[in-house]
Amino acid sequence: MSAEDRGAPLVEAPDDAVAGEVVLRLTDVVKTFPGVRALDGVQLEVRAGEVHCLLGQNGAGKSTLIKVLAGVHRPDSGRVEWRGEPVAFANPQAAMRAGIATIYQELDLVEDLSVGENAFLGHEPRRFGFVRRGTMARRTRQILGRLGHAEIPPGRMVRALPAAGKQIVSMARALSHEARLIIMDEPSAVLAHDEVGNLFRIIRELTAQGIAVIYISHRLEEIREIGDRVTVLKDGRTTAANLPARDTPTRDLVSRMTGRTIEYVFPDRPSGAADGAELLTVEGLTRAGEFADVSLRVRAGEIVGIAGLVGSGRSELLETVYGARRPDAGSVRMAGRALRPGSVGAAVRAGMGMAPEERKSQALLLGEPIYRNVTLATFARYARAGFTDVGRERAEADRIAESLELRPRDVRRPVRTLSGGNQQKVVVGRWLLGDTRLLLLDEPTRGVDVGARAELYQVIRGLAAGGVGVLLVSSEVPEVLGLADRVLVMREGRVVREAPAGELDENTVLDLVMAGSLMEGAPA
Amino acid sequence: MTEGPTPTAAPERAAQLPAQSPPVDPAETAGAVHKVAAQGRISWWRGDGGEGVRRNLGLLGVLVVLIVIGALTRSDLYSDPDWVWDNVLSILKLAAVVGVVTVGMTFVIIGGGIDLSVGAIVALAGVWCTTVATQSYGAGGMIFSALTVGVAVGLVNGLLISYGRLVPFIATLAMLVAARGLAAEISDKQTQVSDNTFINGLASNHLLGIPLLVYILAAVVAAGWVLLNRTTFGRRTVAVGGNPEAARLAGINVRRHTVLLYALSGLCCGIAAIMLTAQANSAQAAMANLYELDAIAAAIIGGTLLSGGRGTIIGSLLGVVIFATITNLFAINGLSTEAQNMVKGGIIVAAVLVQQVQFRSLTQFLGRNRLTT
Repeated sequence: MSAEDRGAPLVEAPDDAVAGEVVLRLTDVVKTFPGVRALDGVQLEVRAGEVHCLLGQNGAGKSTLIKVLAGVHRPDSGRVEWRGEPVAFANPQAAMRAGIATIYQELDLVEDLSVGENAFLGHEPRRFGFVRRGTMARRTRQILGRLGHAEIPPGRMVRALPAAGKQIVSMARALSHEARLIIMDEPSAVLAHDEVGNLFRIIRELTAQGIAVIYISHRLEEIREIGDRVTVLKDGRTTAANLPARDTPTRDLVSRMTGRTIEYVFPDRPSGAADGAELLTVEGLTRAGEFADVSLRVRAGEIVGIAGLVGSGRSELLETVYGARRPDAGSVRMAGRALRPGSVGAAVRAGMGMAPEERKSQALLLGEPIYRNVTLATFARYARAGFTDVGRERAEADRIAESLELRPRDVRRPVRTLSGGNQQKVVVGRWLLGDTRLLLLDEPTRGVDVGARAELYQVIRGLAAGGVGVLLVSSEVPEVLGLADRVLVMREGRVVREAPAGELDENTVLDLVMAGSLMEGAPA
Repeated sequence: MTEGPTPTAAPERAAQLPAQSPPVDPAETAGAVHKVAAQGRISWWRGDGGEGVRRNLGLLGVLVVLIVIGALTRSDLYSDPDWVWDNVLSILKLAAVVGVVTVGMTFVIIGGGIDLSVGAIVALAGVWCTTVATQSYGAGGMIFSALTVGVAVGLVNGLLISYGRLVPFIATLAMLVAARGLAAEISDKQTQVSDNTFINGLASNHLLGIPLLVYILAAVVAAGWVLLNRTTFGRRTVAVGGNPEAARLAGINVRRHTVLLYALSGLCCGIAAIMLTAQANSAQAAMANLYELDAIAAAIIGGTLLSGGRGTIIGSLLGVVIFATITNLFAINGLSTEAQNMVKGGIIVAAVLVQQVQFRSLTQFLGRNRLTT
């Protein structure tokens, strides 16, 4: 991007929103990696006792900014003032000592150490080189008490705790360092719905003690509930600073992030209802503890969406249909023929393809060229007598790359170098080769920026128009409603509603999805 | 296809995506190939392994340095061209047996595993093929039994790891102990002399002035290179080692492939057993001692990633040859094996350090288009 393309002018809201003293001030911070300006002039002001929300799309520079604050990266230029003094943290320990603690999305805990050992990792209370276990346990108990979780035993192994408990241990670690600023990178992403309320309660207690919190989340409703002020990043630049979190209109926030005013753009549905031949028939599929008695159908050319929370059994269901998990009961048939249970090979041969939830760990060979990732499921078909036909593979991958508008287009580059959205195109593109008749998509737009999302929606709709059946899982209700022809709502491992997408609205689905977890506690 | 106005700037072309792979038009395919070639101008021999080729050129440089050191320290010997030729052949002969084992090991490591039992398999196969009973079937019987024993033991390794879900380190460590035990049992701890002139001749005979053992090494390396770089088996190996979950969800039978990898390693051990038996004119339970370490070290020096998914056959071959050259360098200078082992240890560490630096700068270089979040 060029210097003229500086986007919207910086908006500064009046300063009286929060009363505390300024603990952190960033001025014109720039951080460049070879070939990319990850931070290109960031302004940020955080006051004691506030929850300051950072908002921005993937690639906006949030993670880089966190890493600058946490002492992982050093800025190339600009000022970082911490409690009135200009600072440059040499390493994460220096930031920790100064009182800045970071809780990353992938919690960095040692699973086989105890809660107390994790809380005081690297600065255990000690005497003559021996850890004072009693003191450590006592201080851990104190901190857990401050966090309102005195019930967690300091001696418990972290491995034995649920995700929410682990997050509390991470916070305990921050407090053990006497942190004045705690940075939380999408803390709600690992939590079930009812645990988020508890997280907010803890955050409020921390801020009441004068601790500042930088809160990163993609969920606007959370920002409204917990945040005081919002700073919006776009392309490594601050596009709006210190907006009041509660009453800035969503439209304004989104437009600062994107330069657009709509977040979801879905292609139109074809007018005639899909009445293709029945492709996928699932009867009474059950896996103990995950989902029970699920029956569903997907016709050729139809997009069927499954809405449900993390833990509702939707991803497990998808993987079982695909043969990656073996069902306890029930059957999966493709075009009337029963598939061998628990065999991915059988599913693929029958014409199924899947884009799994975790792109990097489940779908891609990151160091391998793009074309080899595109042909990962089909290279054997292009081979002659076991010898691969690399020319043909490149040509096919090239065709896919062109039709999906992959950027960069050179299919010999390692997949590692692509952005999230383009990596997802590679995964979906894999199944456009060969004779895929049914595509299973698990969270196809996770970590994909808004522009690439719209393109992916077009691709998926285009596939259906070409006669491919699509079974789609997403945590984002608008996505399911906007894209699917027919919607199944899952809760606690069961399908609780099935209807054409046109007959459902977002609130109805959200109610159905969350009813159980709000009233009766977390799903098993 | 979508009708009516699309409320977005999203490209129309994406919407017109061909849903099914259309029947392949040969002309179109050829055109696309031509376009790719024009974009990249990649030579066939380089293929996609640009990074691996650069690394291997570095190893070649190390080899040249070692030879120069040899020439400087023993300039008296190096002044005789006949001696130099003989010395090259003796280095290659030294590398031949371990080289064959290393080719199998390279596949196993790229596939995400490790095989600690290779030395023991060589010993077991060697002992098995030199029993009086086996020798009575002649050279064909001996070769058949060595290869069969190698493959069978490899299959057991693979099955234990794939279907018994044992960690490769443990399964092959157990096999290391067990196979040597069985070899000692069969041979009654005696050295079994090979009377077969064809087998023994593999080590002593030459073709065009080059020992037959070196031809065997060349054949195995060539076959290994083709298998890794030009076949679906090789592609599966990289996929299974690079990301087993992705491979599985792409429909690759990861378990079966893992079994095949260990069987392949066993096959290479069977070949090596015949070569080693030929060299010594005999076999015994203690033969091929610590070959597993030599093979792993050579593969690692050659740039094979111990966590799987990356490696080259040529790199492994260069690793083996570098080791043999060091041994030779110490021998011609009359230095002790102890000093030699220390140098080898240092070389392993240095090679990995250099590769890490290269890899880091490379990923930074490639990261220039990455969107940093």
